Amino acid sequence: MTEPRFPTKLPETDDGATLFSVPFPSELNEETLAGLKSMAPIIVKQPYAIDYIHSHGQDSPFFAGLANGRLLGRMDPTSGYTYATPRGHDMTTGAETDWVDLTRRPARVHAFTVCYFGSEEFLPECPFVLALIEFEGAHTLFLGRLIGVDPDSPTLDWIGMRVGLRFRRNSKFKPTDVYFYPLS
Amino acid sequence: MRTVYVVSGGVSKFAKARPDKTFQPVVKEAYDYAISDLGLEHRQFTEMVDGSVASYFSDHFARQLMAGIMIQDYLGLCPKPSHRVEGGGATGGICFQEAWKSVASGDMDICLAYGFETMSHVNTWKGNEFIALASDVSFDYPVGGFYSGYYAMMVTRHMKEFGTTAEQLAYVSVKNHRNAYHNPYSQKHERLTVEDVRNAPMVAWPLTRLDICVMSDGAAVAILASEEGLARLEKATGRRLDPLVKVAGIGRGTDAMRMADRPHQSYEQFLQQNLLPCEDTAETRAYYHDLWDHGFRYPGVHSFRAGRMASKAAYARAGISEPLKEIDFVELHDAYTSSEIQTYEDMGLCRYGEGGPFAASGKPFLANVDYGLAFSDGDQVGACAVNPSGGLIACGHPVGATGLMQAVFAFWQLQGTVAKHFKDDTLQIRDARCGAIHSHAGTGTYVTVSILERESAPHAKEIGS
Repeated sequence: MTEPRFPTKLPETDDGATLFSVPFPSELNEETLAGLKSMAPIIVKQPYAIDYIHSHGQDSPFFAGLANGRLLGRMDPTSGYTYATPRGHDMTTGAETDWVDLTRRPARVHAFTVCYFGSEEFLPECPFVLALIEFEGAHTLFLGRLIGVDPDSPTLDWIGMRVGLRFRRNSKFKPTDVYFYPLS
Repeated sequence: MRTVYVVSGGVSKFAKARPDKTFQPVVKEAYDYAISDLGLEHRQFTEMVDGSVASYFSDHFARQLMAGIMIQDYLGLCPKPSHRVEGGGATGGICFQEAWKSVASGDMDICLAYGFETMSHVNTWKGNEFIALASDVSFDYPVGGFYSGYYAMMVTRHMKEFGTTAEQLAYVSVKNHRNAYHNPYSQKHERLTVEDVRNAPMVAWPLTRLDICVMSDGAAVAILASEEGLARLEKATGRRLDPLVKVAGIGRGTDAMRMADRPHQSYEQFLQQNLLPCEDTAETRAYYHDLWDHGFRYPGVHSFRAGRMASKAAYARAGISEPLKEIDFVELHDAYTSSEIQTYEDMGLCRYGEGGPFAASGKPFLANVDYGLAFSDGDQVGACAVNPSGGLIACGHPVGATGLMQAVFAFWQLQGTVAKHFKDDTLQIRDARCGAIHSHAGTGTYVTVSILERESAPHAKEIGS
């Protein structure tokens, strides 16, 4: 069942003719009414679009930090347990965590993948590299995009690789406002 | 808690799309099969059943809020009590356990658990987007929300730490597809080789299209009963429901929603909180100590602490101390070949780090099926068959139905009725007495494990007593 080198099947699309009528018995009687049970299903396209008004809430300083060239994590004030992805309260002590600057801490790739396919929103960006990043002194990881590597030649050697971080100049107020690249 | 029996089940045909019916009649297919297999008419059963639990994952896929009550209504079960449960990929497993709780607690004597998902209403890439909304929409989804990508990151770490190989993952795909070849309910019927799996289009490195389950439309139901409920059903049917299959124990675990947040526990914490009794030997403690010396941290991103805790609780309640020796088969949540390998370890079928070699050993394969593979431990083939039905990878994964599908297939295995339901006895495990079902959500956020056992001797009560 080896996949052919070149596609032998056209991709399906959702466009096409708009249909306003379908075949139906010209006369309804016992026989034609019974026959309706075997009628093919009518399948209609129903567009659905929504704008959500999403608040970053207590995490807002993180996104403000990205817009100003700073990567912020949070830290439990007593234990020092440090979250590379912000978390308002510590999972062990229950205490409110404090903001901490991770921008200049040494960072490495902890795990990664190359996505050659994906969700609709990200299809135009394929292939892209997702990476979980570990920061020195932080106890949890941060999910980001890794660029500057060949997506067609992934290797486990990327794990453990030291990376630098850069920020988008025009912030989108998304976690992708920071991204990572290999340090030689 | 009272003893709870699984007394019947049904599964609709799983398919890429079921445009022939809306979701309610698809559930009714499974429901009609289950009550017919009991030997009851619709009216008889609806008079006896005390209530139900409904299972479906996504309001986005259904584009219908309160779909559960629409099924309750369609099945003619109003005004009996019911509620809907939701817990991502584990929704079906949670539904089964909530039905168990309804009966075990004494609230109901007969409880119907039903579940469905209709994933064909959107294209695959939109479906991937819906599923990825089950990741943190502030920090995970916007980076490239894609569950196959999340699981691929787990497996690269697993490969790096333990030496797991892509070929070992492919063994799982070959096994599950080959098993499903004999399962008429399955969505896919394919005979594959390791090369087929590795040469399939790459989705998220190193996972190819054949390492990943497909989206499906489908439904499943399970009927659970107490001793009293069983007596009422036997009186109505005029026959014994032997062999009885009881729920011997359940367990459930959780973990952080964001994979990045999972803790990296110390060796001492692992021993204290997560070690299984079967691992509590000097040799295995030394093995784990060595892992920690080499940088292993638990659960990290390579392991599912929720699956370990669910297994630990279920085993304790069922009195299982050596899962590999005492469990005849497992129907587990193989949304990815890699997650099957990770789950071998969580469930204690092997130690953490040994999932890859366990797959290649032949232990999780059926001894009577020719997979065209060479195994590293030929004498142990079939030691504990994993996903003898074909699992999610081949059967399909209509999310709200999946955990109940596992329950039904496990029930038929323990009843010894696979040949009757599949019209083929290839997948029947001889003299199966104990099976586990495992349902899993998110990146390991909710996990349920339920142990089913065939009772060894016919029950003593007279029919109608």
